[in-house]
Amino acid sequence: MTGLDFLSYEFMRNALLAILVSSPIFALLGTMVVNKKMAFFSDAIGHSALCGIAVGVIFGFTSRTLSMVVFAVLFSILLNFVKDRTTYGADTIISVFASVAMSLGLVLLSRGGSFNRYSSYLIGDILSITREEVISLTVCLVLVIIFWAISYNGLSSDNLNRALARSKGINGKLYDYIFSAFIAVVIMFSIRWIGILLINSLIILPAASSRNVSHNTRSYHLFSVVFSLLCGVAGLLISYYTSVPSGPTIVLLLGCTFFITFVIHSLNKD
Amino acid sequence: MTLMKERPDVACAHHCHCIKINGLSVTFGDEKVLDDVSLHMHCGELTVLIGPNGAGKTTLLRALLGEIPHEGKIEFTETKTGKDKSLRIGYVPQSLNIEREIPMTVYDLFASFISRYPIWFPKSKKLYNTIKEQLKIFSVEDIIDKQVGKLSGGQLQRVMLSIALTPMPDLLILDEPVSGIDENGVRDFYQLVNEMKSKNNLSILLVSHDLDLVRKYADKVVLLDKKILCRGTPEQVYEDSSFRRIFGGKTV
Repeated sequence: MTGLDFLSYEFMRNALLAILVSSPIFALLGTMVVNKKMAFFSDAIGHSALCGIAVGVIFGFTSRTLSMVVFAVLFSILLNFVKDRTTYGADTIISVFASVAMSLGLVLLSRGGSFNRYSSYLIGDILSITREEVISLTVCLVLVIIFWAISYNGLSSDNLNRALARSKGINGKLYDYIFSAFIAVVIMFSIRWIGILLINSLIILPAASSRNVSHNTRSYHLFSVVFSLLCGVAGLLISYYTSVPSGPTIVLLLGCTFFITFVIHSLNKD
Repeated sequence: MTLMKERPDVACAHHCHCIKINGLSVTFGDEKVLDDVSLHMHCGELTVLIGPNGAGKTTLLRALLGEIPHEGKIEFTETKTGKDKSLRIGYVPQSLNIEREIPMTVYDLFASFISRYPIWFPKSKKLYNTIKEQLKIFSVEDIIDKQVGKLSGGQLQRVMLSIALTPMPDLLILDEPVSGIDENGVRDFYQLVNEMKSKNNLSILLVSHDLDLVRKYADKVVLLDKKILCRGTPEQVYEDSSFRRIFGGKTV
């Protein structure tokens, strides 16, 4: 045994590639999700995936991922739109939308008692990931990096003060919508392997841990990516050698990272 | 690095200009929040907006910033050439949405507003120096690497002022900047604004509650309550009956 024997399996190579590619995506988007306090928002988009699958099945789309993506983008735009135009707290609105989307998905997919076919979307299965899916994730990564380079300043300044950003010619609202749509797309592409129940952890935990030990935007991003990659790869290997599901293992490792960085942060407090 | 359109010189330091707001009205639903507000502001002049709560002061600022739809016209003319130009507004908000622990330094904060060079990339030397120069105007260049959540109210105020002056605006709008700092801080702030005004020949529009300091520093006072009730020098306005009606015996 070389220690790398798992690489002789095609499904493990794909799984490893999927993790190497998607971890940085989650880590990057997560930094802004945490800064903007949108954890609940990204959770809601994950939950809406079920509805997206259902819509896809009903309309007979051949590619479920495509119907999920289209649905999630529309859902995120609608969510943002309603959020901007109501006096309720954003969390209430998001909760209403997520519940409805999820229940609708469950009802539609269980017609005839056949929900079991779709249960893999709940916890995900990284070992069934295909080469094509790895390629779509790679395209996602490239797009996210480009988007991040163009719009991070805008998102950040808009979050600090919309009127001030506007006085500098920054259209924060536009960035906000594109950002939400990106989260939606990335979640949909990843839900197959991580599942609806855990997807949000991958977005929130690396950034939250990084925030515990970072003082500037650069280290915030760096640590977030590092934590995400390390826990992702380690989680996959642990699950391979111990036959436990990989998604929850990765999330547990990220959880440990959060608590360790939290302690470090508390000790360093002046 | 692309710095948002830099001016070759501090243009408005040398040319006089006039900003005219004509018949500005804002309606929310059925309610007219601002009714036919007209204002003229000249360079080197500090105009202070006062009025009771809900008078529409912040609404007026937001309309000027183009944040909310409004009727009426805003004209900006260079007096020397008589030409109309597009108006560049610098803005200092009431507060920023920052928490104590946010992983963001003054450099990050500043750069996100004035540059498109991503703040998560390695620091740009040129941008860093530009920001340092701008912070120097308010003698806070040494906090450039400090975490924003850990600044004092006065330091943050100075950072926001230098952001508003990068690049140099034609009109500087200050929204109730006194909140969150103590009484000495407020006095310092007014002194800074006053210095800035004369040094850069800026037009400044300020929303304020501190009637004593307004009397000391304002060139013009405008009393607003949905529409303009009266305007003039602090003395004129403070003597007016509408002022007495709204502020009662306060400070006068």
